[in-house]
Amino acid sequence: MATLVKPVCYHCGEDTFTGSYQHQDKVFCCSGCLNVYQILSASNLGSYYKLNNHPGKTQVSATQFSYLEEPEIKARLIDYTDSSKTIITFYIPAIHCSSCIWLLEHLHTLHKGILENRVDFLKKQVYIQFDHQQLSLKELAELLQSIGYEPLISLQDVVKEQKKVKDRLPSKIAVAGFCFGNSMLLSFPSYFGLSEGIDADFSYFFGLLNLLFCFPVVFYSGRDFFNRAYKDLRNGILSLDFPLALGIAVLFLRTFVECAFAIGDGFADSLTGLVFFLLTGRYVQQKTYYHLSFERDYRSFFPVSVKVVDANGKETDVPLEKLEEGHRIRIKNQEIIPADAILLQGEAMVDFSFVTGESIPVHKTLGEIIYAGGRQLGGFLELEVVKPVSQSYLTQLWNNEAFKKHSSTRIKTFVSKVSHYFSIILLTIAFGALLYWIPQDWQRGVAAFTAVLIIACPCALALSTPFTMSAALSIFDKNKFYLKNTEVVEQLAAIDTIVFDKTGTITLTENDGVSFKGNLNHELKSVIYSLCKNSSHPLSRKISDYLQDSQEIPLENYIEEAGKGLQATYKQQKIKLGSRLYIAGQKQNDTTHSEVHVSVENDYAGYFTIKQKLRAGLKELLSDLNRTYDAHLLSGDASHDAAKLSPYFKNSNVLHFKQSPQDKLNFINNLLQMGNKVMMIGDGLNDSGALKQSNAGVAITDHINNFTPGSDAILDAASLHLLPRFMQFSKSAVKVIHFSFIISSTYNVFGLAYAVTGNLSPLFAAILMPLSTVTIISFTSLATHYAAKKLNLL
Amino acid sequence: MSSIYFLIACSIFVALLFLIAFLWAQKSGQNDDLYTPSIRMLIDDEVIDDEKEGQEPKQSS
Repeated sequence: MATLVKPVCYHCGEDTFTGSYQHQDKVFCCSGCLNVYQILSASNLGSYYKLNNHPGKTQVSATQFSYLEEPEIKARLIDYTDSSKTIITFYIPAIHCSSCIWLLEHLHTLHKGILENRVDFLKKQVYIQFDHQQLSLKELAELLQSIGYEPLISLQDVVKEQKKVKDRLPSKIAVAGFCFGNSMLLSFPSYFGLSEGIDADFSYFFGLLNLLFCFPVVFYSGRDFFNRAYKDLRNGILSLDFPLALGIAVLFLRTFVECAFAIGDGFADSLTGLVFFLLTGRYVQQKTYYHLSFERDYRSFFPVSVKVVDANGKETDVPLEKLEEGHRIRIKNQEIIPADAILLQGEAMVDFSFVTGESIPVHKTLGEIIYAGGRQLGGFLELEVVKPVSQSYLTQLWNNEAFKKHSSTRIKTFVSKVSHYFSIILLTIAFGALLYWIPQDWQRGVAAFTAVLIIACPCALALSTPFTMSAALSIFDKNKFYLKNTEVVEQLAAIDTIVFDKTGTITLTENDGVSFKGNLNHELKSVIYSLCKNSSHPLSRKISDYLQDSQEIPLENYIEEAGKGLQATYKQQKIKLGSRLYIAGQKQNDTTHSEVHVSVENDYAGYFTIKQKLRAGLKELLSDLNRTYDAHLLSGDASHDAAKLSPYFKNSNVLHFKQSPQDKLNFINNLLQMGNKVMMIGDGLNDSGALKQSNAGVAITDHINNFTPGSDAILDAASLHLLPRFMQFSKSAVKVIHFSFIISSTYNVFGLAYAVTGNLSPLFAAILMPLSTVTIISFTSLATHYAAKKLNLL
Repeated sequence: MSSIYFLIACSIFVALLFLIAFLWAQKSGQNDDLYTPSIRMLIDDEVIDDEKEGQEPKQSS
C-alpha cells in the first residue's frame, strides 16, 4: 500500500509544493490554510473537515476592513441596531458546501459576542446578530476573513435591493385563494340549478356570505390594481391595469347590489377567481424574472474581456466573469473600468457620467479606488481589482436613464399601443350596450353594461408579453447575444435597414498584415509601442501587437482624436500617429490597405501598412441579410476596399467611406427621417453616437473591453453568423404575442356576445376567464420554445 | 335544515384558522429560504469531548 500520493492541503485540497506547513501530521499548502485550521481546531470546530473533504478555499486576500468603522458606512450596511445588539447580513461568495453552512452557523463558538447566526445557502448570505459592545463590525468582518469566509461588501448592494421588494404577494394570494375556494363552494348549488327549490332565507344567507368573501379580496388582495390604475390615470396613460381595476370594481358593485337586495346570485366566485388567477400569474412572473436575472448574474456574462497583467508583465485577455480580486488589469483610453479597483499606475481622468451623470472627468490619484462604470479618458491605467465584477451592477448602468433613447427613435411597444385602445373600445361597447337596452328594459341595460366590463379580459397582454419576452431573452443569452432589456426584442423585429461599421466589425486585421515603411530604430519602436498601448482602436492594438517585444516607456500628454490619430509627448517632442490626413495633411490614395503614419515633432518618420481581411462567413451572412434588409456600410477609411466589398452588398452605392463619427451619426439620422427602422452594428468605439441614435444599436465584441452603455445589445463575434436567425427569432417572438392577442380577442368576442344580451351567467364568466388565461400562458411558452427550436437556437 | 347555518359557520371558522396560520408563517419568514434547512437538519449535534480528539475522524460518504 506504499503508493506515492502527492500530498494535498488538508484544508483546501490544492497541491502542496513544500512540506513546510505542517501541524499535527496534516500538511497545508500555505500559511493561510494552516491558520484557519489552527483557529478551527482550537475552538473544537474540527467537524468542519468531517463533513467534506478539503472544504476550505485557498487563502488569498488581505482586504482591509478599516472603512467599516465609519459610522455612515456602518449605517448603510447594517439591518438593525439598538443598545444590546446589531444585525447584519453579509454576502459571502466562498459559501459552496455543507461544511460552510456548518461552520458559519457555529460562529458563536468562535467569539462570545456573536449571538445568533443563520445561513441562506442559495443566496450565499449569513445573517448575524452580534453584541457590538463586545465585537465591532470591523472585527466581525476580520474574523470571517480569518477563517476563510471573507464577506463581500458593496455599497451598491444588490442584496439590499432584493429586500426592498416586499409586496406580500404570497399573503395576498393566500387570502384570495381562501375566499375563492369558499365562495365557489357556496355557489355550487346555483350552478346546478339546485337553488330554485331552496328557502329564500338560505339563498339570502349564501348571498350575503359570498358578498362577505368579496371584501378582503377587493380591498386587500386587489388593492394593487386600483393603486396602479389610479396612478397611471393621473399621468394620462391608459395602461392594462385600468380595465382590470374597472372589471374588479364593477364585479364588486354588481355582486353587492344583487346580494344585498336579493335580486340575483352575484358574481362573487368570478370576482375572487379573477383576482386569484391574476395574482398567481403575477407571482409566477416575478419568480421567472428573478430566476432569469439570477441566471444573468451568475451564468451568462457580457462577452467582454479585460487585459490582465501578471507578475512578469505578460498580458492575457481574461473574460469578465473570470476576473478576480487581486488581478492587475490594464485599461486603455475610452475603456470602461469593469470592477472596483485601486489605481496603481497611470494618469487617471475618469468620466463617471454612466454612474453619476456628471460628465466632467474626475482626476484620480494613485492608490485611490476607482469605482466600476467609470470610463478612462487619457493614457492607459494599471489597476488592481478589489471587488469582482457585478454583472447586475453593469446591467443597471446599461439601463440607466442616461441611455434611454429619445422617444422618437423608440418603436412604441405593441402592448402600450394596444392597451391604449383596449380601454377605449371596451368603454364604447359597454356604453353602447347600455344605451341600446335602456329604452326597452333598463335593468337589462345595466346588466349588459356591467357584464361587458366584467367579461372583457386583457389577460393576454398582461401575461403573455412578459413571459414571451423573458423566454426570448434567455434564448438569446444562451447564444451569446446579450440584450439590454425586453423591449429590444420588439425593436429588432421592426428593423428594415442594417448599417455595418467597417473596421473591427466587418474587417479584422490579418495576423501578419503589419509592415513598416521607413526607419524604425529601437527608441522609436518603444515610443510607438507605448503610444499605441494607450488606445483601444483596432489599428493601435494591431501595431502594439506587432511591436510587442518593445520596451514600454512613460509618455505625457496623451491625446486621442477619434477618426484621426493619437499623440503624446516624449522628451519634449510631440509624437503623432494617425491617418495620412492627420500627419501629413494629404488625403490617402486609394490603396488596398490601411495606413498609419508617424511623425516626430512634425518630422515625417514613415508609416505602417496594415492589411485587413474580411471576417469569415461574411458572404453567407450578408447574402442572407440582403434578402430581407437593406444593408449599408460605413467606414472611416478611404475607399480602397470598395472593390473587395461591393460583391457582398447589393450595389456599391450603399458603401460609404471616409465617414467621421459625426458623419455616421448624420447618416443614421437621415435614414431615420426617411422612415426607415435602422439597426447599427459596430464595435462601439468611434460609432457610439450612431449606436445610440439608431433604433437598435448592436456592439460586436471580439473579447476586448468595449462595453458601450449606449448600445442596446452586445453580440459576441463568434455568434455573428447567427444574426439572420436572431432577427427571424425576434420576429417570431412578436408574432407569438400578436397571435396570443388574437386568441384572447376570440375569447373576448365570444364572451362579449353573451354579455351584450344581458344574459351573462356567473358560471359562464367563472369558466371563461381562467380558461382564457391558462390557454394564453401555455400557448406563449410553447410557441416561443418551438420557434427557437425550429431556428436551431435552442 | 337550519343546522346548516351552524355547520357553515364552523367550517368557515376552521378554514380561517388555517389561513391565519399560513399568514403568520409567511410573516415570520418561513418561506424565505427553502433550501438551507434541508442541509441544516442533516448536520449532527455533537458533544464536544476532549477524548474524541484522538479517535479516527468518521469519513462521510
